[in-house]
Amino acid sequence: MPFGEEEKSEDWRKGANRSIFFITCFFSFLFFGLIAYIAWFIYFEAPGRMGNPYNARMEVFDSRYLRGKIISSDGEILAETEVDANGKETRVYPFGEAFAHVLGYSTRGKTGLESLANFYLMESSSNPFSIFLDELRERKSQGDNVTCTLDSGLQIAAKNALGERAGAVVCMEPSTGRVLAMVSFPGFDPNTVSREWEDLTSPDNHSGNLLNRATQGLYPPGSTFKTVMALEYFREHPGNPEAFHFVCDGEYREGSRQDYVVHCYSGESHGEEDLGKAYAYSCNAAFAYLGTKTDPEKLRELSDSLFFNEELPIALPSAKSSMPVSKDTGTWLMMQSAIGQGEILVSPMHNLLITSAIANDGVLREPVFLEKVSSPAGMTVKPFTAGRPRRLMRAEEAELLKNFMRRVVTDGTGSGFRNAEYSACGKTGSAEYMKRGEKKTDAWFTGFAPADEPTIAITVLVEDGDTGGRTAVPIAREVVDYWMSRKAQ
Amino acid sequence: MVNLFITTGKYICILLVLLYTYSNFRCIRLRGGEEHEALLGWQYRIILLMQFLCHFIIFFRTENRASLVLYGLQVIFFSAYPFLMKKAYPKADGLLLNNICFFLSIGMIMLERLDYSKAVRQFAIILISMVPGMLLPFLMSRLGDLSRWRLFFCIVGILMLFSVFLLGAVSYGARMSLSFFGFSFHASEFVKISFVFCMAGMLPRARTFKDILLCSLAAAAHILILVMCRDLGSALIFFLSFVAMLYVATGQLFYLAAAGGMLFFAGILSYRLFSHVRTRVFAWIDPWADIDNKGYQITQSLFAIGTGGFLGLGLFRGLPNKIPIVEKDFIFSAISEEMGGITAICLCLVCLGCFMKMMQAASFSDKRFEKIVAVGLAVQYILQVFLTIGGAVKFIPSTGVTLPFVSYGGSSITASFLVFSIIQALFIKNPETGWAEDNEEDWEIWDEEEHPFGKRRRRMDGYWDEDDIDDLIENWEESGDVFWKNRVRKSYGKKSYGRNHFRRQRGEWDEYYEDRPDDRNDYNTRRGRVPWDDDGPRGRWR
Repeated sequence: MPFGEEEKSEDWRKGANRSIFFITCFFSFLFFGLIAYIAWFIYFEAPGRMGNPYNARMEVFDSRYLRGKIISSDGEILAETEVDANGKETRVYPFGEAFAHVLGYSTRGKTGLESLANFYLMESSSNPFSIFLDELRERKSQGDNVTCTLDSGLQIAAKNALGERAGAVVCMEPSTGRVLAMVSFPGFDPNTVSREWEDLTSPDNHSGNLLNRATQGLYPPGSTFKTVMALEYFREHPGNPEAFHFVCDGEYREGSRQDYVVHCYSGESHGEEDLGKAYAYSCNAAFAYLGTKTDPEKLRELSDSLFFNEELPIALPSAKSSMPVSKDTGTWLMMQSAIGQGEILVSPMHNLLITSAIANDGVLREPVFLEKVSSPAGMTVKPFTAGRPRRLMRAEEAELLKNFMRRVVTDGTGSGFRNAEYSACGKTGSAEYMKRGEKKTDAWFTGFAPADEPTIAITVLVEDGDTGGRTAVPIAREVVDYWMSRKAQ
Repeated sequence: MVNLFITTGKYICILLVLLYTYSNFRCIRLRGGEEHEALLGWQYRIILLMQFLCHFIIFFRTENRASLVLYGLQVIFFSAYPFLMKKAYPKADGLLLNNICFFLSIGMIMLERLDYSKAVRQFAIILISMVPGMLLPFLMSRLGDLSRWRLFFCIVGILMLFSVFLLGAVSYGARMSLSFFGFSFHASEFVKISFVFCMAGMLPRARTFKDILLCSLAAAAHILILVMCRDLGSALIFFLSFVAMLYVATGQLFYLAAAGGMLFFAGILSYRLFSHVRTRVFAWIDPWADIDNKGYQITQSLFAIGTGGFLGLGLFRGLPNKIPIVEKDFIFSAISEEMGGITAICLCLVCLGCFMKMMQAASFSDKRFEKIVAVGLAVQYILQVFLTIGGAVKFIPSTGVTLPFVSYGGSSITASFLVFSIIQALFIKNPETGWAEDNEEDWEIWDEEEHPFGKRRRRMDGYWDEDDIDDLIENWEESGDVFWKNRVRKSYGKKSYGRNHFRRQRGEWDEYYEDRPDDRNDYNTRRGRVPWDDDGPRGRWR
């Protein structure tokens, strides 16, 4: 067909029109995807990102809106901005030191919830008319208020229970992931943090006042790591979790090397044990033996799936827990690791997450701190959902561990909870370490209550304490008692 | 008080942009008619009103007298440009003209807010580049069959790209522009157009696979030089527009699949070869991990968009200048930050509307060359928009392309004017319907053609006389057959005869077809026959 007559080719024209239509559809869909992404970004992704300290625009908001209040889930004001007669603004924290780390501060940069909720606190959802009026009067409009999941009563109970000992207490609701309390000591007073800044950050200050020990402190987990070891045992012996048998005479020696020896706490001997009993009495010998029988690579795989060596799924800054076992790890280190000594380090928050997953049938609800954003008039602008679910272990595994943790309270080291009106479950831990030539012990307790439908999961850590059972359990008891009495009302 | 203006202005602008976007798609759907014309008028008013509001705010905020002068000049430009175009080419597409004004005015507003001196420069460029844009449709009609020039376009394109490779200046890792007397000149913006002409000339002549390989070779030469210049964004645009043209010319899905495969490997290869590609991909995957360094630009852009939210912060109340090269690659983020996410999304939609209009021009044309030219240009345009916006919002890795008519930059503006003028030339040649000429007093019978964008009405001139029409009307009234009803224009009741009627009566076909050269073919083949005798529509008539 000569070129000049091509216009007559009806078929070609129809085919080309079809192709044209197809291309148009393709790009239209591409653009709808793009637009959906932009809308998703602005609505869902951006609010969580914009509080970033690199975002200079937040300062612009400062000049437009009066920073909103942070309110606890039981309705107490945790932070608010007051304006005096001269128009000078001060951020006031009525509870002072009690909420220091988790609330953070907003004067020297922004930390804690002040940073997390920054975007919402600096926006205003008042009705446009009142903003309009405020603008007419050249007055700042009130920013939105943010309700957080923290419970002021529980927080203060935890603060009082911990007292003047360095350490941390964290509580959350396993079924939703709502963080109920987060205390760290020593702390600071956010009302005066700006004035005391030099002191707090001076190199002579070794107490780490600004450090949120609950999320950023790393400690050897001690016996609380036995939970992971028990889970590893279930994984390696599927269908036969009861097969473990060990006779404890107060110590365990690895056959070939006589210097590879692990003692039970204060040389106690526990006699014939299954895994549950060894767990309940926190028998080091049995777990050291278990450590020698465990495949290091599989243990590493399991711990990686439990957030070791990676960021915790929480919105506040946190430290990465470390668990450096690999296939080259020798027997001695495996024995040590099995009882949570060795080179393993965890944060209290991390232990709480594992406990909370056990309490919630193996499903971790990722911790959340924010409940809702409401306009200054009290209308809910944006509710936050419960934490995303993530399955960490099978329900049967969680059930077994739950029974183990129950036995800790009924038979073993968690005896501090034995006479409680509710059925608590938990695991104690006493991690020994050397500091400036002195042998010190970090006392742990991590657990939940009540056993059948847990409403609270708690982790207590006390630096330089006695054993977990003697130091951490009473603190946990006090806090959980308070919570249960609140629930009973 | 200024704050109040800014807030009120912001909301009104969002409303206006929403209305504009709606009318844009409504116009595409209507395709002619009185409502279409009325909507175009309203669109034009919306642009002027928006311009007024924003300049009011700009003046109050900056109190720069010169900005008032610039505003005055802009008002003159935005009144004169569509008016002159419509005067010179009555069949030019009003929607595209309006959209050009819309993009230019938003771009100018944002530039004035970002950097006044650049805005002045930009306006001068707009004024200058408007002229070739206006002349182009006329020139194209005079030059005759442009597909004969295919080799010329090919050689000129390759030479221009090659000179950039030899002499060009490097910016942001890519060798993109030539400098003449202080003006930087982005050759690839213009070679894009010559490339499309060259391919549109070659592809319809390709009868065998060997011919197609030759075409691909010519395209590959363009693309490889661009890759050597490390201008991968342009290379991608050239490649994909070539694939689209090839697909339209051959209709074979095989080529699309092959191109997809090649793109995949080219992507991996360029990731391996070029460090600036790796940097951009890293910045795309997780910019938040390295805000200080690799992710700086994209996170600043995201901060701008996210902080602005759907409603925007209002002009002068954000910090768009924090984004590096905001006036070129990231103008979208600045618009989203200060004028609102809704405005930005509407901007995307208006761009999509332009693309649809261009594709419409492609499908209305009966000539292969014209069809392929329109497809090539349309795909290049929409890709450019997609790469810019997608890069700014982190939908895809950023590629360093500009937003046509909105971004700052002389070559980009001039080339965009040329592209839109070429599309206008197609509309002028093949007006989509005759409905717009309401004043023509004549019997007109319309043939409807099934078409991907709905039905297209084409006038079937030349073989009707009064009796035929009476027959038609009578018959459909009797039989209740609505088929023909749609085909006889409603003005039949006027019973007055126009110029064309008498021309037809006298048999003065040549005069009649003077301004309808495309219908001549139809006429010549069917002279003396009544169409329904042999190939009448569905055999319903006689």
